[in-house]
Amino acid sequence: MSVSRFWRKIPQRYNLVGTQCTTCGRYFFPPRSLCPDCRRSGKIVDHKFNGEGTVVTYTVVRSASDQFENTTPYVLAVVQLDEGPRLTTQIACPPGEAKIGMRVKSVFRRVAADGESGTIHYGTKFVPSE
Amino acid sequence: MRDVAIIGVGCTEFGEHWGTSFRDLFVKAGTLALEDAGVTGENLDALYVGNMSAGRFVEQEHIGALIADYAGLATNHVASTRVEAACASGGLAFRQAVIAVASGMEDIVVAAGVEKMTDVGTGASVDMLASAADREWEGFAGATFPGLYAMIATDYMHRYPLTREQLAEVAVKNHENGAKNPIAQFRNRITVDTVLNSSLVADPLRLFDCSPITDGAAAVVVVPLERAREFTDSPVKVLASAQASDTIALHDRRDISTLDATVAAGRGAFSQAGLTHKDIDMLEVHDCFTIAEICAIEDLGFCKKGEAGRLTAEGTTALGGEIPVNTSGGLKACGHPVGATGIKQIYEIVSQLRGEAGARQVDAEIGMAHNVGGTGATVVVHILGA
Ligand SMILES: [Zn+2]
Repeated sequence: MSVSRFWRKIPQRYNLVGTQCTTCGRYFFPPRSLCPDCRRSGKIVDHKFNGEGTVVTYTVVRSASDQFENTTPYVLAVVQLDEGPRLTTQIACPPGEAKIGMRVKSVFRRVAADGESGTIHYGTKFVPSE
Repeated sequence: MRDVAIIGVGCTEFGEHWGTSFRDLFVKAGTLALEDAGVTGENLDALYVGNMSAGRFVEQEHIGALIADYAGLATNHVASTRVEAACASGGLAFRQAVIAVASGMEDIVVAAGVEKMTDVGTGASVDMLASAADREWEGFAGATFPGLYAMIATDYMHRYPLTREQLAEVAVKNHENGAKNPIAQFRNRITVDTVLNSSLVADPLRLFDCSPITDGAAAVVVVPLERAREFTDSPVKVLASAQASDTIALHDRRDISTLDATVAAGRGAFSQAGLTHKDIDMLEVHDCFTIAEICAIEDLGFCKKGEAGRLTAEGTTALGGEIPVNTSGGLKACGHPVGATGIKQIYEIVSQLRGEAGARQVDAEIGMAHNVGGTGATVVVHILGA
């Protein structure tokens, strides 16, 4: 991912900043600038999520693209934030410990690197919270 | 709207074609289809070409023009359009050709699909395939394409009584069919143990749950039904063409284990054709992973959610079963050159309906094709009838 493309979403990736439609109250992470329910009548504002959620489903990735090959095996999961939206993330825990329904909280971690000397991408991962 | 018929089909062998270029693959499939249809290139009104990612696989864009040129049609100035919807590019190209003919705008149209995937390494192709999902919010976190389908499998197996062995039976059945298909990438039979002993790719999916990296191309010729008899005694009618979208990211779906776009496109197709499930004699579904075939059979409504694994293990979807699924070997055994897959499905159904499927021939008059882009963000469903 190019430096500018990564940099553009730093607040969202580092701090779990998404959006909320204040017209209907629905929260979005990943952020959306158009509410699918209210469309043009929806008013969208930034929202920082508290970072607590539950594992909806998961896998252990054992064969990855070049960017992530040094990280394997890693737990990849869909997490539902307590405010409602779901996102795809890594759970920083031993592969055998991931479970559906597990409570997790967000942490700031290194996610990937573009090759040996490339940009290091930081972002949000989750860790077990109970 | 005019009724539309298929008058000719062609397909290359699917596999790792080290000696064959992107354009050579396409020219081969196109030539076979035109010969089969008894049509010459100068009679063509338009080409629609399904291709996912030539830009990244072979660093070539502007595929429509390239293909028209190397098909020898540049001086005829034939209209040529590339169509892209990730792994559903082929199905979508076919749908564009059907719409063009049905509308009355064009008469003799080729729908094709092509993908040349083996010019890059495996790590690079894994990364490219991940671009069928949401690069910004799935790929960034380390989601691979097998990883996303593995998360569907985890959710599914948590909620429904699907066993690991039943899931393996999908691959066993598709290799059995592939063994009877001369164009298939894999023509070897396997057992449940072959699957269970293969290496884990993304838990619970193993190597033999996954479709391979493949080079290949396929093409079909469509015309107005009223003109079909000018070219062939065995035209195949297009009874329905339906398409549906869903969220690009798996995490935003209403239900992780149900492809709502498959449900919507399937219902749309049945309603257009005025048919019910009992009328369908065979299915080509999008089994990019074994779990995907299970979901497809259920989401198209051929059985209740949670039952497809048991039905597969019981042989209901085998060649001699009640409703044969993926007689070609599917994506798993026939291979999955992503842009070509949707056209290969049409090729297989036409071969079956014409009684030309050799050792894998089933008794069929009506067949359904189901082609998925990404993890279900685009679904295209067609019903064809003899
Ligand atoms: Zn709203």
